[in-house]
Amino acid sequence: MPRRNDIQKILVIGSGPIIIGQSAEFDYSGTQACKALKQEGYEVVLVNSNPATIMTDPELADRTYIEPLSHEYLEEIIRIEAEMLASQPKPGKFALLPTVGGQTALNLAVDLADTGVLDRYNVELIGAKLEAIKKAEDRLLFKDAMIRIGLEVARSALVNNLRDGLDFSSKLGFPVLIRPSFTLGGTGGGIAYNREELMEILSRGLDLSPVHECLVEESVLGWKEFELEVMRDLADNVIIICSIENFDPMGVHTGDSITVAPAQTLTDREYQKMRDAAIACIREIGVETGGSNVQFAINPQDGRMVVIEMNPRVSRSSALASKATGFPIAKIAAKLAVGYTLDEIPNDITRKTPACFEPTIDYVVVKIPKWQFEKFPGADETLGPQMKSVGEVMAIGRTFKEALMKAWRSLETGKKTGAEILDPRRLTQMLVTPRPERLGYLRYAFERGMSVREVARLTKMDPWFLHQLREITLEQMTIAQTTPKAISPEAMRRLKRLGLSDERIATEWKLEGHDGIKQVRELREAQGIRPVFKLVDTCAAEFESMTPYLYSTYEEEDEAPPTKTPKIIILGSGPNRIGQGIEFDYCCCHAAFALKDDGYETIMVNCNPETVSTDYDTSDRLYFEPLVLEDVLAIYHHEAQSNAKIGMIVQFGGQTPLNLAQRLLAAGVPIIGTSPDSIDLAEDRKRFGKLLEDLEIPQPRGGTATSVEQALAVAEQIGYPVLVRPSYVLGGRAMVIAYDADAVTRYMRQAVEYSQERPVLVDHFLENAVEVDVDALCDSKDVIIAGIMQHIEEAGIHSGDSSCVLPAVSIRTETLATLRAYTRKLALALKVVGLVNLQFAIQRDDEGNDHVYVIEVNPRASRTVPYVSKATGIPLAKIAARLMTGRKLCELLPAEVASGNDLGTGEHYYVKSPVFPWSKFAGVDTVLGPEMKSTGEVMGVASSFGEAFAKAQLSAGQLLPTGGTVFFTVNDHDKQAAIPLVRRYVDLGFKIVATEGTANVLESAGLIVERVFKVEEGRPNAVDLIKEGRIQLVVNTPRGQDALFDEKAIRRAAVTARVPTITTLAAAQAAAEGIAAMQKHSVTVYALQALHMANGR
Amino acid sequence: MQAILALEDGRIFRGHGHGHPGECRGEVVFNTSLTGYQEIATDPSYAGQIVVLTNPQIGNYGTNRADNEAARPYIEGLIVREFSQISSNWRSEQVTDEYMERYSVPVLAEIDTRALVRHLRDRGVMRGVISTEASDPDALVQKARGIRKMEGTDLARVVSTKAAYNFDASDPRSQMGESLLTEGFVPQESTLRKILHVVAYDFGIKQNILRMLAREDCRVTVVPAETTAEEVLALKPDGVFLSNGPGDPEPVDYAVRAIRGMMGRVPVFGICLGHQLCGLALGGRTYKLKFGHHGGNHPVRNNATGKVEITAHNHNFAVDPDSINANEVELTHVDLNDQTLEGLRHKTLPLFSVQYHPEAAPGPHDSHYLFRDFRKMMEEWKG
Repeated sequence: MPRRNDIQKILVIGSGPIIIGQSAEFDYSGTQACKALKQEGYEVVLVNSNPATIMTDPELADRTYIEPLSHEYLEEIIRIEAEMLASQPKPGKFALLPTVGGQTALNLAVDLADTGVLDRYNVELIGAKLEAIKKAEDRLLFKDAMIRIGLEVARSALVNNLRDGLDFSSKLGFPVLIRPSFTLGGTGGGIAYNREELMEILSRGLDLSPVHECLVEESVLGWKEFELEVMRDLADNVIIICSIENFDPMGVHTGDSITVAPAQTLTDREYQKMRDAAIACIREIGVETGGSNVQFAINPQDGRMVVIEMNPRVSRSSALASKATGFPIAKIAAKLAVGYTLDEIPNDITRKTPACFEPTIDYVVVKIPKWQFEKFPGADETLGPQMKSVGEVMAIGRTFKEALMKAWRSLETGKKTGAEILDPRRLTQMLVTPRPERLGYLRYAFERGMSVREVARLTKMDPWFLHQLREITLEQMTIAQTTPKAISPEAMRRLKRLGLSDERIATEWKLEGHDGIKQVRELREAQGIRPVFKLVDTCAAEFESMTPYLYSTYEEEDEAPPTKTPKIIILGSGPNRIGQGIEFDYCCCHAAFALKDDGYETIMVNCNPETVSTDYDTSDRLYFEPLVLEDVLAIYHHEAQSNAKIGMIVQFGGQTPLNLAQRLLAAGVPIIGTSPDSIDLAEDRKRFGKLLEDLEIPQPRGGTATSVEQALAVAEQIGYPVLVRPSYVLGGRAMVIAYDADAVTRYMRQAVEYSQERPVLVDHFLENAVEVDVDALCDSKDVIIAGIMQHIEEAGIHSGDSSCVLPAVSIRTETLATLRAYTRKLALALKVVGLVNLQFAIQRDDEGNDHVYVIEVNPRASRTVPYVSKATGIPLAKIAARLMTGRKLCELLPAEVASGNDLGTGEHYYVKSPVFPWSKFAGVDTVLGPEMKSTGEVMGVASSFGEAFAKAQLSAGQLLPTGGTVFFTVNDHDKQAAIPLVRRYVDLGFKIVATEGTANVLESAGLIVERVFKVEEGRPNAVDLIKEGRIQLVVNTPRGQDALFDEKAIRRAAVTARVPTITTLAAAQAAAEGIAAMQKHSVTVYALQALHMANGR
Repeated sequence: MQAILALEDGRIFRGHGHGHPGECRGEVVFNTSLTGYQEIATDPSYAGQIVVLTNPQIGNYGTNRADNEAARPYIEGLIVREFSQISSNWRSEQVTDEYMERYSVPVLAEIDTRALVRHLRDRGVMRGVISTEASDPDALVQKARGIRKMEGTDLARVVSTKAAYNFDASDPRSQMGESLLTEGFVPQESTLRKILHVVAYDFGIKQNILRMLAREDCRVTVVPAETTAEEVLALKPDGVFLSNGPGDPEPVDYAVRAIRGMMGRVPVFGICLGHQLCGLALGGRTYKLKFGHHGGNHPVRNNATGKVEITAHNHNFAVDPDSINANEVELTHVDLNDQTLEGLRHKTLPLFSVQYHPEAAPGPHDSHYLFRDFRKMMEEWKG
C-alpha cells in the first residue's frame, strides 16, 4: 500500500524534558519521524517542551511548538492547526502520531482521545489506535489478551486488602511482587520474601495507592530476560528487528540492566518460539503499524516463557536496537504510519534490498547504563524494578568480550581503571544484590578464584556471560607476569582482541598516569597492532553497505578506507549524565549539519546509543566508539591515512572531549577552534587569575588546594562561606558551599577520588548575588553576544539547576553594559574561535551599586546553546562550527557585527527551567545547591515574563496553583525579604500558612498567617497538612549549609503529594508573576517559526 | 591447535582449530542465521560444503539430540569467529566442541569471518580446504583446486536413505517437545482428521519436514532418491513430497523423470532441491547463484496474497523464472532481496514447490502454512 494521500497534516508529540526513564532516545526517534514525514511531503506540526532537542529545530517541522505537554496546551495547538487546515482550499486529513514521544506522548494522546478533543477536531490517530494503546498499557487487559492467544504471563491478582493478598501469595509461594496501582514511577512497590514482609509492603502499598489496590504477582526474579523489537505494517507483515538479552536477570529494570544484542543463549527453537509469541502479541494487541517492544522472561531451569510487557511505541530499547543493527526503527515506523508497507521501503544501508527483512548482525553489542548516585546522597543504590540510571553507553565488538570491555571504558566513571574500591567482606552481598558496582565485583570474584558456578548461583546470571567475564579476568591477570619488553606481538594482540584497553594493560604493568598509557600505546603500535574498522550493515556483509557506520575491532581486514575529502572529526559527549546531557549532542549534530553543508566530510565519534549524533544520517561517517584517548587516536590515525585536510572539534561535546584536548594535541591531532592552550588558560586557576588581573575584571577571592590543610588555609584567608569544587568537571560535580572548617575538611576527604591529578578550587561564595550566564560567539576578532540570561535562583544554585530568562528582566542597563564589556574582553583575550560561555555574579552593595564578578569562563559550547538558539532564531552551534573552519562573523552575521547588538529575542520572553529526578530517589533531599541535580530542561515562551515562567514551570511538572494556600518557611536571612513576597501572594488571593519563626515576622508586618507546627513540635504539623492536601504551594528556603530534617521531610512530602516546592525567594517571586498570568486563564501558544520570523530571522 | 583455511583462489586464513583435528574440503559458503548452528550442521543439504557462520559467537547453547536435522552433521567443516568452550542452556546435552569432535567435523575459529564472507560475496562461493595439519598453504590451495566442483555433481543420491522406511512420529527424537510448540500450530480437530499417506523422497531430507508432515496428520513413507514414479504410485500415496538436498539438481535426472511420471496423478509438494527438480520437470532450467542464499532473514513475497514472509534459505542453485512456461505454471513466490524465484505452482495440476524452507529449523515459522496447503491439496484431490 502506498503513501496515504488523504492525510495532509501530521501532529507529532515529543517526550518533553529528559528525565530518568525518558531520555535522548526520543529526540532521536522524534527527529527521525519528523524528517521522514517531511520528506514524504506532509505538513508536520511538532510539540515538545524541550528546547535542547534536534527535533525542535525549526527546519524539522513546518510548525514547532515549544509548549507545555499538557492537555490544555495540546488542545489549543490542535484547535489552531485544525483551523488553519480548514481554511485551505481542499483540506486533507489531520493526523496525530503518538508513538515516537515515549510514554508522555502516548498518555497525552490517550487523554486527548478520551476527552473527545481528537473527535472534535477530526484528528485521526495513526501508528497505534486508542484501543491498542489501552490493551497494551492496562495490566489486566494485557494479561487477558496474552492468555487468549495462549501465551503465559506471570500469575497475578489485584487485591484490596491484606487477607486476599496473603491468600493469593500462599498459592503462589514466596517471593511475590507487590505493585500498588496508579502510583508514580512504581512508588511503594516491592518484593516480599515472607508473610511478614508481605504484610508490611502490602499495607504500605494499599495506603499509597489512591484506589487502595495492589497487584500481587508471581516473582520471576532471577529468570533470564529478553526483549524483541517488532515492526508491523498495514498489510500485516511483521518483522523482528533485534533480539536483546539482559546480562542482569529479571528483577532489575531493563533500563538499569546491562544488555546484549543479539540474544546469546537461546537455541533456535526457543528463539523462534519467542519470535512467534512476539508476533502474536503485536497482532493481538492490534498495533497496526510501527515498532513495539515485547519483553519476556525465561525460566533457566525448564525454558518456561512468560510475557512481561509490551510497549506499543518506539522506546529506549528500539533506539538501542536501531543503533545495534543499523535499522532505523522510528523512521520506518513513521513511514508505516502513513500507509507504506515494509516491502515498499528500501533499506538505507544496502539501498538495494527492502526494509522488509530481519537484520542479522556479525558482531556483538553491549549496553551498560550509567548511574549517578554520587549526586544523590542517601538514595538507595539497589537496582530494582524502578529505573535509576541517567544514561547509557553502547559498544560494538566482534565478540561479547570485546564489546563489554569497550562499553565499560566508555562509561567515564572518572575513576582510574582498576582503582575501584572493592571490599572483600562485601563480595557476596555485592554479587547477590544488584548495584552499579556489580560488574566490578564480578571481575573481582573471578580474580579471587570463584567459579562460574558459584557466581552464577549468587547472581542468577547466565553462566555463558560469566564465563566470558572470567576469561577476560584470567587473561588480564597474566599481564603482570610479563613485561612491556618481553611481551610478544601475539600476546599483545590476544589482549587487545579481548577488548582490554591500553590503560588496563598499563595498570597491570604499574605504568602510571597518561605516560604509562602512552607507553603501552607506542609499544603496541610498534608491534603493528592497531584496530581495523568494520561496518554495521544490517546484513552481516551479505550485501554491500552504502553507509559508513563503523566500529573498531582487532581483526584482519579493514573495510572502510578513508576518502580524499577534507574532513572534520567531531567528538561527541558520551553517555547522558547530569550536567552533560542532550544539549551537547545537539551542538555536535549542528556542527555536523553545518560543515556537511560547507562541503566537508563530517565524522562523528560517540558511544551513546540514545542520541541523534549516533544516527548514521547525521554525519557522513559515524564511528560508534568510546570517547577514550586510545580509541579517538585510532580513529584519527585511520582517517589521517588519506592525507586529506583534517581537523577535530572538541568544543561541542561538553567536558568529555575537552578532557582529551591536551593529549590529542600532544599526539599531533589538529584541533580546530579555540586552542587547547586557551581552554587550559580558562581552566587553570593561576593562569586565569593572572589574565583577569591584567584585564582588570574582578572575580571572587579564591585559591587552590591539594590537601586538607591547604584548603582550610585558603578558606580562612578569603573568608567563609566558600565554594569548593574540583577543576575540570561539568555540572558542578562534587561542588559544595562550605560555611565552616568542618565542611571543608569533610569535602576534601571525599573529593580526592574525583579530582585526580588536579587541584581543588576554593572560592569565596557570594551570597545573595544574581547570577548571569552569557553565551557569545567569537572569531578571535569580532564578538557577538548571543544571550544574557538572568538566573531566577540566586548565585550558589548550579546554573543548570536554575531557571533563567531571556532577555534579562531586572538587570540595570549599565550593569548589562559591564557584562558585555567583560565578555568581549575575555573572549578576545582567550582568542576564542567558536562559542564561549561566561558566568557572572552581580552583587549589590549597601549603597545600591552593582558589582560584577566573573565566576567562570568556558571556551566551549554550553548547556544553554540550544535554548539561546531557539530563543534568538540563530543556530549558534552551526555558526560556531563554521568559525572553527576559518569563516568569519562579519560574513556569517554581518548585521550584528556592524551594529554590535546582542542577538535579540524580539518581543517575547523565553524561560528555561530545570527538571529534577526527585520522584526516582526516595528519601533524597530536594534542596538545590552548587551541585547540579536536574536531568533535563524545558522552555516556556510568552509575551510576559510571568506567563513564560508559569509555562516553563508547568512543562517542568511544577503545576503552579492559581489559588489555595501557600506554606512559607524561610531561613532567618530571608525573613525580611519575604514580607513583600507574602503580601503579593495574599493579593493574589492565597491563604498563608507558616511555621513559628516565619509567622512571627509576617504577623508583625501586619499579615494574617495560620500557624503550623514543625515536624518535631507536634501534630498536626506541616507534613500532615501537605499530605492532607491543604497546601498548594511550598516556599521553603533552607537554612545554611545543612538541610535540617524538618525541611527535608517537608520537601519530600511535597514531592510525594506533587505539591510544587520553591526553595529560593527569587523563584517564589517569579512564581507569583506566573500565577498572576495564569489567573487570567489565557492559553497562548506560539510556533517557533512565527516567533523567529517576527524577530526578523 | 593451529588451523588454516586455503581457498582455491589462493586466499589463506589462519586461526585456531577445534572439534576434529585433521583436514576437510568442500565448497565454502556462508550462512547469516543468528541461531541454529546445530540444525545447520546436521542439514544434509550442506553435504560437500564448509559453512562459515556470520554470527561470531557460536556454540554458546551447546547441542542436544532434539535439534538434529539428521542423525549426524553433514557439513564438511565449520568456520566461526569465536567457538564457545562451554555450553549454557537447559536443553544442552553436549558441549558443541565435543559434539563436533565426536562427529569428526573440523572447526576453524578465531579468523576474520567477516573478511571471508566479504571475499565470498564479491568473488562467489569457492572451494576450500581446512587443515589442522598441513603447514604448506600452497599445497592446500592446490588441494582446494582439485576438489570436484558442485556444478554437475549429484549429491542427493549420496546422502539419500538406501531403503524406504516409515517415519515414526512417536519416537521422542521426532517430537518438538510440548513446551516448544509454536504459535500457528494448534492441534485443532486433529483427532477428527483423517490420516493421509505421504511418500517423501529423501534427497537429504530434514527431520523437521517429517515432523511438520506428521503434524498435519500424515503417515510418511520415506523413499530413496532413485525410487521411480511407478514404485511410488504403487504405494498408493495421498501425496508425494520432494525433499531438500545438496548438490546440483541437473544431474538428478532420475528424479525429474519420476516427477514427470507422477504429475497430475498425485499431489506433489517440493522444497528446495525438490523445487528445483519440479522446475526441471516442468521444462525449466536451473542455474547456480553467485554465493547462494543461506540464512534465516530472507523476505519472500507470496504473490497471491502480496504478503511478505521472513524465511529460512539454503540454496546455491535456483530455477530460472524465464525458463518456466507462464501459461502452465504460476510463479508464486519471489525473494525481495534479489528477485530470485522462490516458489511455483502448476495452474491445472496438483503440484507446487518452494525454493526456501517452510519447515524452518533453523529459521522463522512464517511459512508453516505451506504444509497445511499441501494437506488441503491432498484432501481436495481425494475429493
